[in-house]
Amino acid sequence: MSTDKTFRMDGKAIPFEAGETVMDAALRAGEYIPHLCHNPNFPPHGSCRVCVVDVNGKHMCSCTLEAAEHMEVDNSSDAIIDKRRTLLQMLFVEGNHTCPACEKSGDCQLQAVAYHTRMLSPHFTHFFPKRSIDPSHPDMMFYYNRCILCGLCVRVSRDVDKKSVFAISGRGIDSRLVFNSPSGKLGDSDFSATDEAAKVCPVGAILPKHVGYETPIGQRLYDNKPISVVGDTIAKNHSEKPVVIGGPHE
Amino acid sequence: MSDLQQAAPLRKDKLIVSTAALCGCFGCHMSLLDIDERILDLVELVEFDRTPITDIKTVGKCDIGLIEGSVGNAENVEVLREFRNHCDILVAVGACAVNGGIPAMRNQFELKDCLEEVYIHGIGVDNPHIPNDVEIPLLLDKVHPLHEVVRIDYFLPGCPPSADTFWTFLTNLIAGKEISFPYSLIHYD
Ligand code: SF4
Ligand code: SF4
Ligand code: FES
Repeated sequence: MSTDKTFRMDGKAIPFEAGETVMDAALRAGEYIPHLCHNPNFPPHGSCRVCVVDVNGKHMCSCTLEAAEHMEVDNSSDAIIDKRRTLLQMLFVEGNHTCPACEKSGDCQLQAVAYHTRMLSPHFTHFFPKRSIDPSHPDMMFYYNRCILCGLCVRVSRDVDKKSVFAISGRGIDSRLVFNSPSGKLGDSDFSATDEAAKVCPVGAILPKHVGYETPIGQRLYDNKPISVVGDTIAKNHSEKPVVIGGPHE
Repeated sequence: MSDLQQAAPLRKDKLIVSTAALCGCFGCHMSLLDIDERILDLVELVEFDRTPITDIKTVGKCDIGLIEGSVGNAENVEVLREFRNHCDILVAVGACAVNGGIPAMRNQFELKDCLEEVYIHGIGVDNPHIPNDVEIPLLLDKVHPLHEVVRIDYFLPGCPPSADTFWTFLTNLIAGKEISFPYSLIHYD
């Protein structure tokens, strides 16, 4: 793509097309901006806020912010990493993230982004919410404990699979993922393990049954290299559409 | 009575380290021992006071306290507060200490239901009753990570943190250097 427009991020010139977001332009230029609810294959949602950057002195959400010339974007100062870490710590204490007992561990984007911000502790007081699992589907498990309400499954089931299996219901801290079926159970919905929506969850909330802990520790996606080099979890699931981000700079 | 003792200099030529295992599996202590022969270098630098390894039961004034496990019963609270009162630097070691870990999975259930499941309805239970000897520390309603009970100075995540994580942490700390871990040493599992 040729373009003569650029903005500056951490001192580098990043080219962008008219209408492109700061996130998409940065990723295209090989610059990693942490993100959870954003998946470059789908329209942005702007809900998790971990993609926060400082733009000319203001904190903005880079996945929904249209790029413009003369923007000075800070994506890597300690101040901005502190903000992201705080957001992640809130995500961790709001759910029940028992990583040692989670099949997604090592391949989980929430973990990987937290490692990227060098998060060592959850800092806040845990909510320990009482949440269940939904094992009703023959091929897929659903863990409410781990859902971060990123809305990716909602968007992909609606826009790609054309099934609208998922929705987010409720407000604030009572928000939760619901399934479109008469009983409210995932097993009674149209959801199938071959749906695109089955592959987009960045955490261990939607997982296939009958497999687990298949990859030895040390060989998992984020065991040895950071997400800024390895890319999103989805890169593993979408072999036909690899999403490669970041560069050898980390 | 103890005025003289308290006035005595606390710092000897070696840093004093104490460790404790609260509601955990002892895996973090095993991982510390996994530093293998480096433990010989370590004991040149530090002296172990109360630890399950020395079997000393009371904690004296020390420089570094390493705590494995979460806070699940009244005795855990007491030990943790003792450590906080006696340690200059208190470290939460491992997933249970950092965020409650596996023991905190019981927070999904009422304590009564957990006890009944184990001691009344469990398979093969003989003479079903919930133990109530006064010697047994009372369980807390919920399991908590350490920082929800006392101030914590440093966190070492991992289930367990690897031997290299312990080694990097302790040697950096003792040398007075900024503690910095390579990427692969920070993990939550
Ligand atoms: S979803 Fe990710 S962060 Fe949550 S428990 Fe699983 S591995 Fe840990
Ligand atoms: S189930 Fe996964 S993809 Fe769906 S909203 Fe929750 S975290 Fe996002
Ligand atoms: S990635 Fe931008 S708000 Fe979630």
